[in-house]
Amino acid sequence: MSQVAIKNGYYGEFGGSFVPEDLQQVLQYIGEQYEKYKNDPEFNEELDYYLREYAGRENPLYLAENLTKQLGGAKIYLKREDLNHTGSHKINNVLGQILLAKRMGVKRVIAETGAGQHGVATATACAMFGMECTIYMGAKDTKRQALNVFRMELLGAKVVAVDKGQGLLKEAVDEAFADLVANYKNTFYLIGSAVGPTPYPEMVEHFQSIISKESRAQHLEKEGKLPTAVVAAVGGGSNAAGAFAHYKEDKEVRLIGVEPAGAATLSKGSPAVFHGFKSFVLQDEEGNLLETSSIAAGLDYQGVGPLHAHLHSTGRGEYVTVTNEEVLEAFQTLSRVEGIIPALESSHAVAYALKLAPTLSPEDSIIVNVSGRGDKDVEQVFEMLNK
Amino acid sequence: MSQLKEAILSTTSGGNKAFIPYIMAGDGGLEKLQPTILKLQELGVTAIEVGIPFTDPVADGPTIERAGERALANGTTLRKVIETLTSFADKIQVPLVAMTYLNPILAYGVEKFAEDAKLAGIRGVIIPDMPLEEREIVHPALKANHIALVQLVSLTSTSERIERLTKASEGFIYAVTVNGITGARSSFASELEEHFKKIQEYTDTPVLAGFGISTPEHVKSFSDFCSGVIVGSKIVDSLVADDWATIEELVKASKVTAVK
Amino acid sequence: MTTEVKGRFGRFGGQFVPETLMTALQELEEAYEHFKNDDSFQQELHYYLKNYVGRETPLYFAERLTEACGGAKIYLKREDLNHTGAHKINNALGQALLAKRMGKKKIVAETGAGQHGVATATACALLNLECIVYMGAEDVKRQALNVFRMELLGTKVVAVEKGSATLKDAVNEALRHWVTHIDDTHYILGSALGPHPFPTIVRDFQRVIGDETKAQILEIENRLPNAIVACVGGGSNSIGMFYPFVQDTDVALYGVEAAGQGIETGKHAAAIQGGQTGVLHGAFMYLLQDENGFITEAHSISAGLDYPGVGPEHCHLHETGRATFDSVTDEEALEGVKLLCRTEGILPALESSHAVYYASKLAKTMSPDEILVICLSGRGDKDVHTISAALGGDLA
Repeated sequence: MSQVAIKNGYYGEFGGSFVPEDLQQVLQYIGEQYEKYKNDPEFNEELDYYLREYAGRENPLYLAENLTKQLGGAKIYLKREDLNHTGSHKINNVLGQILLAKRMGVKRVIAETGAGQHGVATATACAMFGMECTIYMGAKDTKRQALNVFRMELLGAKVVAVDKGQGLLKEAVDEAFADLVANYKNTFYLIGSAVGPTPYPEMVEHFQSIISKESRAQHLEKEGKLPTAVVAAVGGGSNAAGAFAHYKEDKEVRLIGVEPAGAATLSKGSPAVFHGFKSFVLQDEEGNLLETSSIAAGLDYQGVGPLHAHLHSTGRGEYVTVTNEEVLEAFQTLSRVEGIIPALESSHAVAYALKLAPTLSPEDSIIVNVSGRGDKDVEQVFEMLNK
Repeated sequence: MSQLKEAILSTTSGGNKAFIPYIMAGDGGLEKLQPTILKLQELGVTAIEVGIPFTDPVADGPTIERAGERALANGTTLRKVIETLTSFADKIQVPLVAMTYLNPILAYGVEKFAEDAKLAGIRGVIIPDMPLEEREIVHPALKANHIALVQLVSLTSTSERIERLTKASEGFIYAVTVNGITGARSSFASELEEHFKKIQEYTDTPVLAGFGISTPEHVKSFSDFCSGVIVGSKIVDSLVADDWATIEELVKASKVTAVK
Repeated sequence: MTTEVKGRFGRFGGQFVPETLMTALQELEEAYEHFKNDDSFQQELHYYLKNYVGRETPLYFAERLTEACGGAKIYLKREDLNHTGAHKINNALGQALLAKRMGKKKIVAETGAGQHGVATATACALLNLECIVYMGAEDVKRQALNVFRMELLGTKVVAVEKGSATLKDAVNEALRHWVTHIDDTHYILGSALGPHPFPTIVRDFQRVIGDETKAQILEIENRLPNAIVACVGGGSNSIGMFYPFVQDTDVALYGVEAAGQGIETGKHAAAIQGGQTGVLHGAFMYLLQDENGFITEAHSISAGLDYPGVGPEHCHLHETGRATFDSVTDEEALEGVKLLCRTEGILPALESSHAVYYASKLAKTMSPDEILVICLSGRGDKDVHTISAALGGDLA
């Protein structure tokens, strides 16, 4: 599967590890450990156990009959990552990395978080495994997301407000790397998206690939063939990486990544080295990062995982954009028609599927990755719609 | 024969139709209970239905529900209503029919309730949340104290149920004239007459129409095919407004028909 | 043990409703008896439970909680992983399908904090049924986001301004609505309450919890558990969990009511522990009431347990001694939240936290070779505001 595309930490020309030497050594060690365990039967058995018993996998591949009827084209299947413990695909990767950390013998896990989702998922798994947990969060974000800070603390995590620079995600990442360099002997840095220096993008893709491993088998069982297309939202790109992974070699299956129009890294960006790896980045001619704006906090990022940069440049993946208005509409449509309130991130994938399905025939089928539930977004949508 | 049934039959045998006003005990204060009952009595009503307020009156429409809330706010309880009625029982000449939900009776104690109610002039009881199937909970005690247990028959009742209900009902049969809860309605279904005929087939107990009767015209139109009417929401509203003229009109309508 | 004669569980239950509803209840009972044994109905229900709700839910061995308590081996039945986040969807979906088979196009339901309302709105969106949910005006204010959720799902939410403007008043209004729209409307009652056949229907749609648990524990441990703990408000998750084990008399059943600020303060929702028998909303059951038979308000930090009555089948299990009922205060329930968060990374609903706290005490009195199952009826995402406010940010 992923080995095909990855060579020495690169997806084609993207990826790599552009970090200071001391950090490089730590990352190399993590990479070695990951290689050692990723095919270890005992490790995978343990991971399977927690995915099944704790996260609640496998989750359904649900035929959205009402939506299909309404759109009058391809059959629409929803991959229900929203039903996982903690409400999104994030837990797949968190469980994988934390088990790796456990095998490596470390007792302490650190992570960065922006809006708080990855921090909560990490704190959750740390609580379950009895690991010490520190979450770095920009000082501004801790104020905006006080309730998520409370959640992490409730789960026993220590939340460190990073009061440097702009006090946002980037500063939190820097602080987490500094912590890792200083404490790597007893500390594991758990990155939540398919970004960052090697080996993180590959590791995240690997742990998220359970999504397409299941969906592929489920679709074959239900339809006796592969889907026409798989549609997933792309910010950093972890859910899409997992949703695509097992279809990469199935050339007849279209892989469609959906970006927010206001953070369309692949559609509007250009290659650069950023946050320790090479990928597409939204930047101006001078190389300054451009501002992004998406209603989905989880997609509001200037970069994108190197896997997607690679799939984009080779043409294997199609990357499209949807507007905030289309996303809001899709959020409401899925709620009303199927009784499923999707996360705003996942609503990007839904929005594109709403456009795509009518152009296809009833023999076609689309898998939409519902990466998370929308409970966390209800308040935001309420405010937007009631303005 | 129960005193309640007797009163109704004596009204109808004289050519008039029975008229039973509903009042909410404690609405406007329990001190209003005596003058209200005595004045209704003077107007020539057949019997008086005395509502006992309850915290969760699921069978009542908005008017009676609000009256109940006012009465509860005044501290009205089943116990106090019975005490108040007992204090002037010697002046009460028409049968009183208590309309109360089941739980206050259970809390009072069924036997004690029946004994005290008798002394208070209560000759009939309507329990809207107690269907026929459950009547044995209260029936023996009521019977021992000569209190009639009135059954409601609804438009949705099946023929088989109508037969059982009408045969079991004592005093009179309370025929619900709308699908639903108490309250004034502007029109009536045409199949009502058919419904009343069906009910009367099974029994000689008088059938009275209730729910949604709010004008003298309603009173008259029902009088054509039943033994009389129960008027609730309109009476409650009129009492709050101290509008005795309207009440008098309604009572008269039950007599005018007979004269016609 | 539990016997049903005309909708009675021992002396509890019954059909204390206005005559107008009797025919509808009879129709419902007949339809239910028919479809309950209808293969195509059961297949359809099973299809949605599996593919839409995400069943079966795991029976998860809570290793660190077990260690922390130091006694019985503790398993969690993970109803929190269901679509919409609690066991409520099992019943909402079952009844919505039943309504559809009965040819009813409209649904009415009541809701307190909004969980049952959201579950019902969800099932109605899925099955194309028109839905009206009655909710106390106070609750509408406190739970504005759940109101919005239901509206997103295409449901009309009506605020009830009457009485105490909370759950019981919403039930009153929903019943009134049903009485006046009996022809085309089904009432989806959310808990194991109300007139017969509701307590039986709700229990049967919730028994999937206990049925799964039984099969799972037999597979994992090759024997039945020694004890099962579930929270009890109206009692739907608990009766669903208990029912398949009632005949297995070696399995101790514990129902945990909400003691609120303490039963002695009068501010609680423990109908069995601190109430008397009476009739409300169609059933004879234990009730919070005053000496006049007026229903008094329930108090609990958990909105889902904040109801003055308790399902008739539980009353019977209490009276026969088959199940043990006890209660847990608001403060203790919050301890349950913290405990499960810290040891297992699972944020339980405040309702379920009552069971967690009680089980944590019970486990200590049991030996390590004994097994205890907790029904984790829902997730606590909905309660984070309340928990945060109650703990005052103080997590020490």
